[in-house]
Amino acid sequence: MVDATGTRRADVLVKGDVVAEVSAGGPLARPAGAVVLDAEGAFVAPGLVDLHAHLREPGGEEAETIETGTRAAALGGYTAVVAMPNTSPAASSAAVVRQVLHLARGALCEVQPAGTVTEGRAGRTLANMAEMAAEGARIFTDDGNGVQDAALMRRALEYASALGVVVADHCEEASLAANGCMNEGALSSLLGLPGRPAVSEEVMVLRDLALARLTGARLHLLHLSTAASVAAVVAARAAGARVTAEVTPHHLALEDELVKGYDPVFKVNPPLRAASDRRALVAALADGALDAVATDHAPHPPEAKQVSFCDAAPGMLGLETAFGVVAGLGLPLQRVLAVMSWQPAAIAGLAPAHGGPVVPGAPANLCVLDPGRRWVVRGAALASRSRNTPYEGRELVGRARHTLFRGEPVVVAEEAQR
Amino acid sequence: MTGRHLLGIAELGAEGIAEMLRLADTFVEVGRRPIPRVPALRGKTVVSAFFEDSTRTRLSFETAAKRLSADVMTFTSSSSSLNKGESLRDTVRNIAAMGADAFVVRHSCAGTPLQVARWLAEEGGASVVNAGDGAHEHPTQALLDCYTVSRERRARFGAVPEGARALEGLHIAIVGDIRHSRVARSDVLAFSALGATVTLVAPPTLLPPSLEGWPVAVSHDIESVLPKCDVAYLLRLQNERMSEQFLPSVHEYTATYGLTASRARLLGPQALVMHPGPVRRGVELAAEVADSPSSVITTQVANGVAVRMAVLFHLLGQGAQVGA
Repeated sequence: MVDATGTRRADVLVKGDVVAEVSAGGPLARPAGAVVLDAEGAFVAPGLVDLHAHLREPGGEEAETIETGTRAAALGGYTAVVAMPNTSPAASSAAVVRQVLHLARGALCEVQPAGTVTEGRAGRTLANMAEMAAEGARIFTDDGNGVQDAALMRRALEYASALGVVVADHCEEASLAANGCMNEGALSSLLGLPGRPAVSEEVMVLRDLALARLTGARLHLLHLSTAASVAAVVAARAAGARVTAEVTPHHLALEDELVKGYDPVFKVNPPLRAASDRRALVAALADGALDAVATDHAPHPPEAKQVSFCDAAPGMLGLETAFGVVAGLGLPLQRVLAVMSWQPAAIAGLAPAHGGPVVPGAPANLCVLDPGRRWVVRGAALASRSRNTPYEGRELVGRARHTLFRGEPVVVAEEAQR
Repeated sequence: MTGRHLLGIAELGAEGIAEMLRLADTFVEVGRRPIPRVPALRGKTVVSAFFEDSTRTRLSFETAAKRLSADVMTFTSSSSSLNKGESLRDTVRNIAAMGADAFVVRHSCAGTPLQVARWLAEEGGASVVNAGDGAHEHPTQALLDCYTVSRERRARFGAVPEGARALEGLHIAIVGDIRHSRVARSDVLAFSALGATVTLVAPPTLLPPSLEGWPVAVSHDIESVLPKCDVAYLLRLQNERMSEQFLPSVHEYTATYGLTASRARLLGPQALVMHPGPVRRGVELAAEVADSPSSVITTQVANGVAVRMAVLFHLLGQGAQVGA
């Protein structure tokens, strides 16, 4: 078993929706009628927590629904996901937040709706954050767009600080990112594709960090993709900024070279970066500069990807492959769980129900992870409604075996139970 | 050219270029006949799939296909079902289902001909010719440019090496909007593969973000480059470059990078002036320079048909004779 308090050999007994007993060393007596989930060669851990999933509902049901998205999450070992608010309509009101929560009743994991920072994600006026916070939203973001107006971002940070919620920014300065569709550099110049330069992210990271210091508000930075962004976070944190930052599995594992074949499955914002950036992100995840791995799970129907590279929708699937990708980076398992479970749970205010220590009385939101499991990714076999995985045909090492959500075994032996 | 496609100069290499230039000689001769048509591709169907507006290149390809006796299907984006929400893949699949041996693809986004080739591989595998993709490649333009340099130098100056070898040791300046130009990318690859030295002349905003790995020199001073040029290759300046903040004004561009009549006097007596068209007279090129004896711009257009015949024949004409 592995949790924030350490790693040890133990049996775990779940009764109802809570952890009833955890053995100290020896095996637990098996109560009559108990279902036994085999964890041999694997680790019982607090369920994974994703700060960044596009479940697409309402409005994008041809790509994903809360049902299919949370099934994908459960199969990935997640017991909680933060649903991004760039739906149609956007989650800019208590009504949409309530609708998402309503649709998520009976889902295979907990869904925490994020609200938008600005009304309709239009970047002009503040969204009704307090009424959304009252419904349970804890993260506010215009994800998909950065908040371009610096004064508005300042006001958002100030306003949010009184609500105990986090403003999370998608850091891309729009005039620099423009119509770019891959990392700007030697390769984009050769391929003739318009580039999104690393600085389009970095200037907004630096601006947001300065505003976080000015306001004293909590700031979360979404899907950082460059070495300089990470360095800026480290420096700002040392100077007192209350900042957390996430990185996606794809920015940790994939590089811009993959765009060479012009396959739109590799189109994502921010784009896959150079090898040097990728290595810096892995190092930052290992040394604590980055706080969380977040999937940015972004389902798209085939017709959104079966077009020219420039016209294709950006984004890739992530929920079912995230653990395998991150497990392959060579980090200690304790660190992998820190960045995939209890640290993101803390950022989203989901702890200790999610990510908390596995102790008697704790809510039974658990996963059983097999870090040595070899499997080949097949988009057609994924539970997501979409197929846009960048790992098609790749072998990953590491997979969730079982997932328990509120005590219910929603995934057993890599199979969703409903 | 080993594959069944012509997607870029990058995969063609010096030998492939030389082969196309040799084949083009045959078709230039065909073009001079009273009835400039041969039966080489009778029964073949060539689809001209232009997802981006183009009149010249499309007409050039369609003329080439017709002179080879191929059937031609024309598809332009204005007449397309793309406006009706059909994916590009479905559009390609549906045209392929009508029976096509080659797709000539023009698209505003780089890489689309390669994607089309991948989709066609699942549909029986028609050939793809890249007729210009975004700011990536325009390989038939580069082939006709090489052909034009080679033939014009031999016609004008006599004892120069034949065919592709005519470009060895030449100095070629490509002037203008390199950043957005597929012609520049294909020409740089083709000219340098054939042994020419290429200098790009442009303001920094109109150069690609990186020139790492490009076999070129760069200059921001056209007047220092012109005296040593064997070829001055001017690119078209699009009006959007001002609103997109790449340049302050057309006027300033012409003043700093235009081939004006006075600058043209810096060129050596044997220098050729080239342009992929359409020319903006008075902007990148003065009218009197465009019409001067050193200009081979209309010859480029004429050679384009022969070079495209060579490419289509090479891809589709296995075993066929050019014929009488």
